Amino acid sequence: MSALEKSPETAGRAPLMTLGGVSQVFHTKAGPIRAVDNINLSVNPGEVLCLVGESGSGKTTAARMAAGLARPSSGEVAFDGTDIWALKRDDFTTFRRSVQYVHQDPYASLNPTRTIQQTITAPLLKHGVVKTKKAAVERATELLAKVDLTPPENYLSKYPHQLSGGQRQRVAVARALTLDPKLIIADESTSMLDVSIRISVLAMLGRLRDDLGVGFLFITHDLAIAKYFGWHGKTAVMYLGRIVEFGPTPKIINAPTHPYTRALIDAIPEPDPDLTKTKGRESLRSLEIPSLAHLPSGCTFHPRCPLFEDGLCDGAVPELVTIRSGQSAACHVVARDGVAALDDEARSDEPRA
Amino acid sequence: MSTVTTTSSSTRAKRGGEGKPLLSIRDFKVEYRTGSGATVQAVRGVDLDLFPGESVALVGESGCGKTTLGLGLLRLLPRLGHASGQVTFNRGDGTEIDILGLDGRDLRQFRWRDAAMVFQGAMNAFNPVLKIRAHMHDTMRAHTKFTKQEIEDRAGELLRLVRLEPSRVMDSYPHELSGGMRQRVLIAMSLLLEPEVLILDEPTTALDILTQRSVVDVLHEVRERLGFSMIFISHDLSLAAELADRVATMYAGRIIETGGVRDMFYRPRHPYTLGLIKAVPPIVGDLPDMESIPGGPPSLAALPPGCTFNPRCKYATEECKEEDPPLLPITDEPGDAHEAACIHWKDVHLQREVPSDLGNAS
Ligand SMILES: Nc1ncnc2c1ncn2[C@@H]1O[C@H](COP(=O)(O)OP(=O)(O)OP(=O)(O)O)[C@@H](O)[C@H]1O
Ligand SMILES: Nc1ncnc2c1ncn2[C@@H]1O[C@H](COP(=O)(O)OP(=O)(O)OP(=O)(O)O)[C@@H](O)[C@H]1O
Ligand code: SF4
Ligand code: SF4
Ligand SMILES: [Mg+2]
Ligand SMILES: [Mg+2]
Repeated sequence: MSALEKSPETAGRAPLMTLGGVSQVFHTKAGPIRAVDNINLSVNPGEVLCLVGESGSGKTTAARMAAGLARPSSGEVAFDGTDIWALKRDDFTTFRRSVQYVHQDPYASLNPTRTIQQTITAPLLKHGVVKTKKAAVERATELLAKVDLTPPENYLSKYPHQLSGGQRQRVAVARALTLDPKLIIADESTSMLDVSIRISVLAMLGRLRDDLGVGFLFITHDLAIAKYFGWHGKTAVMYLGRIVEFGPTPKIINAPTHPYTRALIDAIPEPDPDLTKTKGRESLRSLEIPSLAHLPSGCTFHPRCPLFEDGLCDGAVPELVTIRSGQSAACHVVARDGVAALDDEARSDEPRA
Repeated sequence: MSTVTTTSSSTRAKRGGEGKPLLSIRDFKVEYRTGSGATVQAVRGVDLDLFPGESVALVGESGCGKTTLGLGLLRLLPRLGHASGQVTFNRGDGTEIDILGLDGRDLRQFRWRDAAMVFQGAMNAFNPVLKIRAHMHDTMRAHTKFTKQEIEDRAGELLRLVRLEPSRVMDSYPHELSGGMRQRVLIAMSLLLEPEVLILDEPTTALDILTQRSVVDVLHEVRERLGFSMIFISHDLSLAAELADRVATMYAGRIIETGGVRDMFYRPRHPYTLGLIKAVPPIVGDLPDMESIPGGPPSLAALPPGCTFNPRCKYATEECKEEDPPLLPITDEPGDAHEAACIHWKDVHLQREVPSDLGNAS
């Protein structure tokens, strides 16, 4: 049914991780909210899947389900083809080791009272990856080198507060690597880093992807970073708990079809004064993000969408359907008119209102 | 009484004498007292002019002293901070005001009326038990003799200017508004007394993309309408590309390069500015070649000798370890006010890839 399953590229290879029709409902004072509503996603080994969207769109909720940290209200999370919630205890433990979650905040995610050596050797010894303390230190040294903390000897005896933000985030990644994960879930892992440092952390993650074949679920609200890290992979755009557009990253960035994706891309300022001042931008009909407790009918983007059509968009919920090869969107108008209509209508170089 | 007048930037630009800066900053320094009698110098000798109607972006990485400089200029430093140097404000009627010498009533008058600031993270620091109306009235009553009705009118006008509906917003508590709405309320409040200088510290950080866009568009609009001068602080270079007439890059408490926005982005001549530009991926076009700057910013308590950027600089030579180069005009195009603090600036060139065609993926 979903456009993802039909995608020819994913059909051939066995995905590492699959979210199949997954939802997460939270019961809040305002009533039940569907923070994630029936999403389908998959990540292949050594591949990057970027999950982008604004705050509250459900990225972390989806990622926590992928990591087995939260159980979906409905739908299936499969790892290596098996439903993780049907696994026996030992197998679940193995799964949890194979999927590592790297958080946004390098300050909060490390224990301040432990040295870097203790931080990295503890999981190695606890899970019996190595037998002796000496072997653990050797492995820790290798891992620090892998995340570009060289020479590693300079870092082993340090405490987190003695390191910079970028160095701390590298330590968090080294710790995630202790158990040889097959999938790393990076949730805004570079958002708090300064620009001069961010690119080198991403380059380091890129090497893990290419050299170790680690798959990545890469979550960010920064589409320029998704573009840079996920260029050879795929990107899913989330809005209010649903995936509204999915496809190869270059298409999502350079030729988005869903009005929401287009609005995001257009809104971003460019690091180039002439370009950013001449970039065409359409106004949204409303700046307000609806509450999950009171979702608009039909397409949940309709109160804001510049292409809104009365009667069509506020009726049925649009499904994610293929718009062109490998690229799908959940939009009635784009599904009906195709991209040609989009291109003349909205991408014209009309000056900003 | 006074309403939101649409003083255009050109009329403002004429006041106060031709070519005279509104705000002139010389050898400005800020020290913080830390524990046990020690001090750190967070701003280490800044020279900067802000001209009428101009928008200057202060960019640089975390901890380089951007907020400290902004707070220092408005005399808003915490008690353990101490500013020195010379800051002159040139009030339209020709009077020059020595800001570091102001106190009491004069200082209060300078703040809000002459210059106002929107603080970093302030949209999360509203008094939660007061409605927006009370915030507006408190600010106005502290600084003017406006009647209740006049305050209502003026607040309403400014809220509409930042694209908010006064009837809805005035009666809301801060938590009932989104982050972007609160940021726009703050911008409206900072403009209540028609300051000539507005300092904005990270005005869009922590806001979502579409919300950021609305704040940026509002800033474009209000500046066009009201014609104030603006110093805005941001670690986001793209924002500077969009909003600034002039850019100043800070590193370890100093301005190390400044120039017109096009000079800075297309012809940066300090290795640090160049490095920052190369580290920010553009959104349009193909996969760009990115480069990071090795290492991290130095600790203010242990600055490297000579040019403070030298341990990270690929242009560095032995000479760079001898003295910290001053910010000097660079002579490639005389009169363009492009200055850099680098002894090897002549060797520094940005190879900018022309962004490829936008539709290459379709
Ligand atoms: N445990 C919970 N109980 C109730 N609501 C929750 C819970 N966790 C998340 N939510 C809500 O679910 C929605 C999605 O949240 P989520 O953290 O997944 O968003 P996100 O896309 O990761 O946002 P951000 O970019 O801010 O991290 C939000 O409206 C959030 O308030
Ligand atoms: N109250 C204080 N006491 C001591 N040191 C301080 C104080 N406030 C700031 N500093 C130090 O002064 C330096 C400059 O800080 P400042 O907040 O001005 O940086 P910034 O450029 O605004 O950074 P950011 O981008 O993170 O906001 C930092 O090294 C900081 O640790
Ligand atoms: S379905 Fe309608 S409202 Fe929704 S994105 Fe498409 S055009 Fe806009
Ligand atoms: S003075 Fe030397 S170390 Fe400093 S920026 Fe210039 S080349 Fe680099
Ligand atoms: Mg999140
Ligand atoms: Mg700051």
